[in-house]
Amino acid sequence: MISRFIEYIQSYLTSDQTPGAAGNMFWAFVYIILIFTGLSVAVIAMNWLERKILAHMQVRLGPMRVGPHGLLQPIADAIKLLLKEDIMPAEADGFVFWMAPLIVVLAAFTVFIVVPFGPTHAVTDMNIGILFMLGVSSLSVLGIVMAGWASNSHYPLIGALRSSAQMVSYEVAMGLAVVSVILMTSLETGTGTLSMIGIVRAQQTQGTWFIFKFFPLGLIAFFIFAVSMVAETNRAPFDLPEAESELTAGFHTEYSGFRWSLFFLAEYSAMIAVSSIAVTLWLGGWLRPFPNLLSGSTWTLVFSLFPGITLLLLAAMCFYSTVRMPKHPYFRIQTIGLGGFGAVLALIGLILFIPQVSLRVGDIYWFSMKVAAFMYLYIWYRGTFPRYRFDQLMKVGWKILLPMGLGILILTATVAMRSEIWKAISEALHRS
Amino acid sequence: MTPVATPFFFYLLAGIMVIGGILVITRKNAVHSALALIVTLLAQAAVYLMLYAPFVAGVQIILYAGGIMVLFLFVIMLVSIERTVKERQFNKQWLVGIAAALALGGLFIAVYTKGKGIFPTHEMSGGEAQNTQIVGNLLYGQYMFPFEIASLLLLVAIIGAVVMAKRRL
Repeated sequence: MISRFIEYIQSYLTSDQTPGAAGNMFWAFVYIILIFTGLSVAVIAMNWLERKILAHMQVRLGPMRVGPHGLLQPIADAIKLLLKEDIMPAEADGFVFWMAPLIVVLAAFTVFIVVPFGPTHAVTDMNIGILFMLGVSSLSVLGIVMAGWASNSHYPLIGALRSSAQMVSYEVAMGLAVVSVILMTSLETGTGTLSMIGIVRAQQTQGTWFIFKFFPLGLIAFFIFAVSMVAETNRAPFDLPEAESELTAGFHTEYSGFRWSLFFLAEYSAMIAVSSIAVTLWLGGWLRPFPNLLSGSTWTLVFSLFPGITLLLLAAMCFYSTVRMPKHPYFRIQTIGLGGFGAVLALIGLILFIPQVSLRVGDIYWFSMKVAAFMYLYIWYRGTFPRYRFDQLMKVGWKILLPMGLGILILTATVAMRSEIWKAISEALHRS
Repeated sequence: MTPVATPFFFYLLAGIMVIGGILVITRKNAVHSALALIVTLLAQAAVYLMLYAPFVAGVQIILYAGGIMVLFLFVIMLVSIERTVKERQFNKQWLVGIAAALALGGLFIAVYTKGKGIFPTHEMSGGEAQNTQIVGNLLYGQYMFPFEIASLLLLVAIIGAVVMAKRRL
């Protein structure tokens, strides 16, 4: 019995497919747990980074009290949220009020089963991957409208209506940008694909990231997606559903404690999800930079050093801050803690230099780095752009992005089929 | 991948769909009806997945999530929930209702007893892995004309909506 189970576990190790495609339940479950944990840690880190980076952009210090440089602030926040009283308004629709945050969280986390962190590092590879991601993430607007309606209060209702109008309009432009990429996947092989892994493989075989394909068509499609993904996740400068100056906190005004933290979790994991769509579709997914130009074993070795170097840099930053900590005895525990954190980071960095390890985590590293760049962009937008007015938002969505998306789609199709079109024209001329 | 516990999942999904459908027509609050409707439609998408039609399932989720959203907004904006909760829900058209139910039931029984030939007996070859490509080839090959007619109808509907909503163009 046990030996058969071990055999079942080991049978996947030689496979070159995702656990879902290979039909191995055990490894699929392991991947789900890993992705869930990683995502939660990423959301915690993102919380701290956002406050810190925003603060530095505005020449403030940001959180400094809990732990060295406020490193433990997210944990303190989480404890505060869990201990807070969970209030439900007396006139609220109980069941819908209870369901709304669950739907938002489920929609935000379910999409990650098709996100390809590497050629085999995804829970499963669906034939309809990108369609599944867009569809399930569009379910989250349902949760937002439910939350706004069930609160039985004015500000949440207005926030929810704004959110639904915004998400429904920007989904159209987003879909058109995605379709132009799906056209590109069919170029050299003849059959296109909607599978997330298939899209990255298509970029690999065509030897270019789709952002540079048919320059500048791919770039413009990417730009359309990059704008509408900010609107889809209700982030600044499109954060009208939760505009503090007008609507208190928008659709989650009446939520508190744990339920509110579910909305928070869902918002950040939705940001990571749409960023990973953008990375997969336009930025080559798990592929390292310049796989063709800088090929060969030397360059492979150089690029495989990157994960370790990144962690060693972080460790060096930790040690530098440890040295600079105030020497007063009051800060002794914090100094020791920061030094210990740096030591752990350095140890992980050294482990990543082992060739067997660095070869296996390389694709996960490049994917995460590309997503992290998008996360930084999100914070940067929030720090620099003023909020749009609602009519301006609708104008950008319907009158600028949608026509641009349609034009890009037609142009991409035309350029992709140019040889066939030339042939048809020349034949017609020949005949006449 | 070979399917696991097919009858169990089929009866589970069918049960969810039937209960959801009953809730849609019996809830007095129209928002609850809309929510029950989306549960029904999602269960239906899962049944499409069981029939090796992932593309249809994905399209079902995308279209109906947006569709129910709009329905939701209509309910919020047009229906006064305080009034509808007090109103009587069924209009006592028992005769017509029984006739329609009998006709539908008769159809089901006829299909169940005599319809063996119209159902496929085995899975389509390459159906799951190539589903999207097969649907695309069919739509733009064999069924090109009906497909284009449908898109033309939708275009007419869009133009009609714009003309009706905006008096001054």
